[in-house]
Amino acid sequence: MSEVLECHGLSKRYGAKLALESVDLTLARGELVGLLGPNGAGKTTLMKSACGLLRPSAGSVSVCGAPAGSGEALSRLGYLAELFRFPGWLTAEEVIELHQGLSRSRGGAAERAALLDLVGLGEARGVKVDAMSKGMQQRLGIAQALVGTPHLLLLDEPASALDPAGRRAVRELLLSLRQRGISVLLNSHLLSDVELVCDRVVLLVGGRVVRSGRPADLVRPRGVEVETASGVHTYEGSTREDAPRIVSELVAGGEQVYGVRVLASTLEDVYLESVGA
Amino acid sequence: MSPWATVVRYAVQESLRRRVFLVVLVLTGLFLAAYTAGALAIFGGLDDFGGDGDERAAVGTGLLGFAMFVVLFLGTTLAIFLTIGTVRGDAERGLLAPLVVRPLGRTQLLGARMAAAAAMSGGYVVAFFAVLVLLTGAVGQWFPDAVLGAGAGLVGAVLVVCALSLLGSTFLTATANGIAVFMLFGAGLAAALLHQLALGLDSGALKGISELAGWLLPFMALYLASLGSLGPDINTADILGGPSGVALFLWTLVYLALLAAGARTAFLRRDL
Repeated sequence: MSEVLECHGLSKRYGAKLALESVDLTLARGELVGLLGPNGAGKTTLMKSACGLLRPSAGSVSVCGAPAGSGEALSRLGYLAELFRFPGWLTAEEVIELHQGLSRSRGGAAERAALLDLVGLGEARGVKVDAMSKGMQQRLGIAQALVGTPHLLLLDEPASALDPAGRRAVRELLLSLRQRGISVLLNSHLLSDVELVCDRVVLLVGGRVVRSGRPADLVRPRGVEVETASGVHTYEGSTREDAPRIVSELVAGGEQVYGVRVLASTLEDVYLESVGA
Repeated sequence: MSPWATVVRYAVQESLRRRVFLVVLVLTGLFLAAYTAGALAIFGGLDDFGGDGDERAAVGTGLLGFAMFVVLFLGTTLAIFLTIGTVRGDAERGLLAPLVVRPLGRTQLLGARMAAAAAMSGGYVVAFFAVLVLLTGAVGQWFPDAVLGAGAGLVGAVLVVCALSLLGSTFLTATANGIAVFMLFGAGLAAALLHQLALGLDSGALKGISELAGWLLPFMALYLASLGSLGPDINTADILGGPSGVALFLWTLVYLALLAAGARTAFLRRDL
């Protein structure tokens, strides 16, 4: 797979504070990567470096082979900032039209309608930003980021202001984008969402990548739980492979087994362990 | 529509929706009403007195010259408020990032914002000045000698302030930038007063300072040059030291180019 985003030895210093330290990160086409970490870990700095809003202190970032921030790189990405605002006097449709003009999109009215429908704002296309709730503005932000069908989507806390239904809609949207071959770098504190949709997770702490991999590979087995007539027994340290043997021994010992569950740590456990919480 | 034109259109629309634009328009309307009443009274008195063409020209020059300062002040106010938050102000409010990550580039974005602000404030100055000239002509049957020169000087002065404000916006927050640019505007006025003081005291040091201020803040020299275009007998060269004539025109072009280059460099180097 070709790399859509490549960061090599990326460092960013704000005065005496090192916000990013030699970060290496790649995103393949159609890959959905979750960026996790505590506040101040460097996630937003990484996002901003990828879209050219920040100049790296060291290292390099490229989008589809072009240096981050160049016209070629910017023409291939969509970005939703963590803290953003659209002019309150524009309607939802006018915001999308503005960004179509800026990105030279030829999608016209059909693209505007499709994007607003995609984020559930089809009926609100004539509503001014000033009259929108925070959640509606966030959905508009996602639609704006998708103008011109980018190859790479950088989403910084896209679901922070959304209700559970809105979060589910964003998850479904992310999965559909992946199917269309769009790569997504998702910065989110919503670990359950990240665990559900992301192919890979990168955990940043203190500006450094401390863990990286598929969610399933990051979690560790915690044991096997067996429900018998005499109660629930937990076999800590046992793995999935140990389950048949455990059940056989219990049955041989006269126990009646009603259920077996393989226990594993969650992404939240991995996260908390990594950040030292 | 090109991305550049898109930003210009967006910035012009934004300008029209700002409350300051409405405030400036209301103040303009009030001033025009007062100016008309004043012109009617003064030129009416001149008719009763049986004033000749020279007296009519003197009254017209005085009235229009005074009104031109109001044009400069309101044009400058508009220019400052349209540009004070262009970079850092908009960045802090979260408005800039969605625009900057589009492929048009920071240079084009800044150029388009400057073009829109210049078109709005320059257009306002042209329209306001034209109405004043026509009003003065209709009431007093007097027109200035070089209308275009006078108007161009005013527009140039406002463009200089506009460019200063744009440059300031790359470093300062909107409030700080607004205060700084108004202080520079005041410094330009003070330089003219200082020059008069220097002439009265025959002080070489004060003269040198006021001339340096005249070069560093050329909007005052441009305003005085536009006053000088009202009639052949008006000499504004001694009001302020610094550039005049062709040197003023060329220096203004160089000055604007330097401000634009400075703003561009600062914006390109700025982390957002």
